[in-house]
Amino acid sequence: MITHGHSDHARPGHGAVLATQETLDMMRLRYGDNFAGSTQAIAYGEELRLGDVKIKFHPAGHVLGSAQIAVTCKDTCIVASGDYKDASDPTCTPFEVVPCDVFITEATFGLPVFRHGNAADEVKKLLASVTLFPERAHLVGAYSLGKAQRVIALLREAGYDAPIYLHGAMEAITHYYQSRGVALGELRPAKGVKKADLAGTITLAPPSATSDIWTRRFPDPVTAFASGWMRVRARARQRGIELPLVISDHADWDGLTATIEATGAGEIWVTHGQEDALVHWCKTKGLAARPLDLVGYGDEDEHEPPPANEAEA
Amino acid sequence: MNRFAELLDRLAYEPGRNNKLRLLTAYFRETDDPDRGYALAALTGALSFKHAKPGLIRDLITDRADPVLFGLSYDYVGDLSETVALMWPKVSASHDRSSPLPPRSGGEGSGVGGVSARTAASAIAAPPPTPDPSPPRALRVEGGEKTIGHNNPPPPTLSEVVTTLRTLGKTELPRQLARWLDELDETGRWALLKLVTGAMRIGISARLAKTAAANLGDKDAHDVELMWPGLSPPYLDLFAWLEGRSEKPVNRDPTPFRPVMLAHAIEDADFANLDPADFIAEWKWDGIRVQAVSGRDERGHIQARLYSRTGEDITGSFPDLVPSLHLQGSSSFAIDGELLVLREGRVQTFNVLQQRLNRKVVSPKLIKEYPIHLRAYDLLGDDENDLRELPFIERRARLEAFIKKLDDARIDLSPTVAFDSWDQLTAARADPAQAGAGEDADAVEGVMLKRRDAAYLPGRPKGQWWKWKRDPHLIDAVLMYAQRGHGKRSSYYSDYTFGVWTSGEDGEQLVPVGKAYFGFTDEELLQIDRFVRRNTTEKFGPVRHVVHEPDQGLVLEVAFEGLARSPRHKSGVAMRFPRISRLRWDKPPREADRLETLERMLKSETGITAP
Repeated sequence: MITHGHSDHARPGHGAVLATQETLDMMRLRYGDNFAGSTQAIAYGEELRLGDVKIKFHPAGHVLGSAQIAVTCKDTCIVASGDYKDASDPTCTPFEVVPCDVFITEATFGLPVFRHGNAADEVKKLLASVTLFPERAHLVGAYSLGKAQRVIALLREAGYDAPIYLHGAMEAITHYYQSRGVALGELRPAKGVKKADLAGTITLAPPSATSDIWTRRFPDPVTAFASGWMRVRARARQRGIELPLVISDHADWDGLTATIEATGAGEIWVTHGQEDALVHWCKTKGLAARPLDLVGYGDEDEHEPPPANEAEA
Repeated sequence: MNRFAELLDRLAYEPGRNNKLRLLTAYFRETDDPDRGYALAALTGALSFKHAKPGLIRDLITDRADPVLFGLSYDYVGDLSETVALMWPKVSASHDRSSPLPPRSGGEGSGVGGVSARTAASAIAAPPPTPDPSPPRALRVEGGEKTIGHNNPPPPTLSEVVTTLRTLGKTELPRQLARWLDELDETGRWALLKLVTGAMRIGISARLAKTAAANLGDKDAHDVELMWPGLSPPYLDLFAWLEGRSEKPVNRDPTPFRPVMLAHAIEDADFANLDPADFIAEWKWDGIRVQAVSGRDERGHIQARLYSRTGEDITGSFPDLVPSLHLQGSSSFAIDGELLVLREGRVQTFNVLQQRLNRKVVSPKLIKEYPIHLRAYDLLGDDENDLRELPFIERRARLEAFIKKLDDARIDLSPTVAFDSWDQLTAARADPAQAGAGEDADAVEGVMLKRRDAAYLPGRPKGQWWKWKRDPHLIDAVLMYAQRGHGKRSSYYSDYTFGVWTSGEDGEQLVPVGKAYFGFTDEELLQIDRFVRRNTTEKFGPVRHVVHEPDQGLVLEVAFEGLARSPRHKSGVAMRFPRISRLRWDKPPREADRLETLERMLKSETGITAP
């Protein structure tokens, strides 16, 4: 059972995969047709039974097709959240609280310093910068699955109707979003466009590409990065980001804690991120909590498909 | 305050000077008086608030947050002001998430629409309204004074903050700060904490801020610099003039700063076009360039000030020099000179002088062990006369007479270096000890050439003054780590850590001795960048570990001006002004220099300076 298509949650090579149609499609896009032995699609709210066990997928609001998975056996319900956010996102189905006994929560932004503001305000910041520096190109680093499409949709909501340029690595997934009815306006590949013509434009690229040789094709680029990590200045500066945009597809501290309380779960398992602080918080609230300590899971940036072959293109 | 915060936020990330200027000028244009004036004051370091200490801010947050969560957060963020700004609890009971979850647009996704966690939260579990780890109790004590949160009071303006802080007593400060922190957004809170603790560190010099203000009225930054000492926050008269609404403010300051004249570095090819007879040569002393100014205020009292070459008032750091600037019988004067430490008449090296720089408190012990001294290069004003239009040779004559009249052991004349030909000057520069500098030769970093007929012009006018530094020290070091640059260089590995050989526990090993990020040509940068990308063995965050084995790696010829002992560096030495002078593709790393070589240099530089 796979919650969503990010590579730190969805990996190729399984015998049988149960996931939403979108997640299956994205895995196919990323890993090729033979990414799993067999696949089965499930819709949000649909219930499957396996002996005594009931399985149900609920929207997680993280990216297109993302789900929380509720597994119920007798009187016990366990919900694995996958990654989730309770903030608005025009590109996916909104998050839903699923009451349960054991809640397995992510903790990517599990520190009280992470409180994400309104994403629309961050997009305004980007547009103000484009106005201030009309002779420069704006490069927005964004994870190619989910964040990039959300940023584009937010730009459109803010009234920006000029063509938006794409790094080659995000074309396929973005076109998939469009094919699922997500309106993103006119998109163009950045490849092959004359340097001077990119002045005053916005280009979306995988985070790793925004500090790579690839950027040399842009006129004096302003490097932006759309991520919850941008809340912390040192993180932004370390990456050489000039315009940090705090736009996150994960729940922030308030979102995590409010969700944990809302599920009514008495036991919380914490994974994918800053487990310690969230476990501590749960305990102060009288909830049983422990970290799962999964190795090799966390920031999906580390697992972003390498744009290496893109870099010189 | 929020607009100012937004500016600081943006400046903190902007690497380019011109773009910083644009951001600043745009702010000055869009912001009204007196806010913009206080912003200018904050950026030029003209504000300080003595009661606001980091300890106070730590107390504020520990009153409001779970100490474990604060500890974890501080560890993660690494900066106190920022941690507090980010985790400061929200006061209002309702969540300020501005857009509620929208109804699901049809066609997309495969499930049913959801309920937001927040709505569900109140419906199902009815948790406390704020998810803050501890109730914001300190905020409620104030009761009658001001209702917070309910009416959402507007955030304070920058002027409000500055004027209030100026008059506020120490005991009232925590409560006032807390109130503002409640009212501001997180960028505002960060800026407020940076402002009150005086630790801005956003890469803006006072000079840059003044230049941005000057740009507002297409004026020359020198003009602003000239009148600056006579101005005070919020600089209403300055902005009125810049916007063409009033006359130029008159500098009534009795001790104004005069913009400094600087020299160009001379290249070998320049000498062919220069006639030795047109020039006077002096030693270039390795101290800090200063301007010592004395004048009388309206009541006739003598005022003395010491300025850095950028016009920063550094009088407070050198109280031992001030009495020497009180010349009876003179109404005013301005000396351009070099600040040096002299012990028993001998000029000490820059390493020694460094002990006196950037000190907030100057102890009697420091004054005694590091006696400060002014070596005079030029006389810019004498009584009511502005001498800057005169040729150098005339100013020099007046300076000599002036220093004689002053007759103070702490202030002396910069000696000239006699020469008739460039060959003679070359010899003098190569061996200052034999050419008149005597025992002070260690503190000589080259020679200065000044045209006899040069007026004193601000900035770096062409062909008037030349600096001819002694040849730098050179070592061959091995490239060990590389890091990406900033701004235009962000796609290049342009910051290099290099090391030299030493014998360690595991035999021969490289120890890092410095970092350099300039000195190479654009073509060389491309070559090193390529080398780094092809020879990275490991990555640590933004840092690349580049292969450095006896037979594999890149040798860099590094030029530097001096060495100092440094406990912060593993090698125990720190270089002054290191830069890449050549790429030694021809040299195998095993033939690079050894740490012992640097230690020998260090001994000869500092052997006599240990306090």
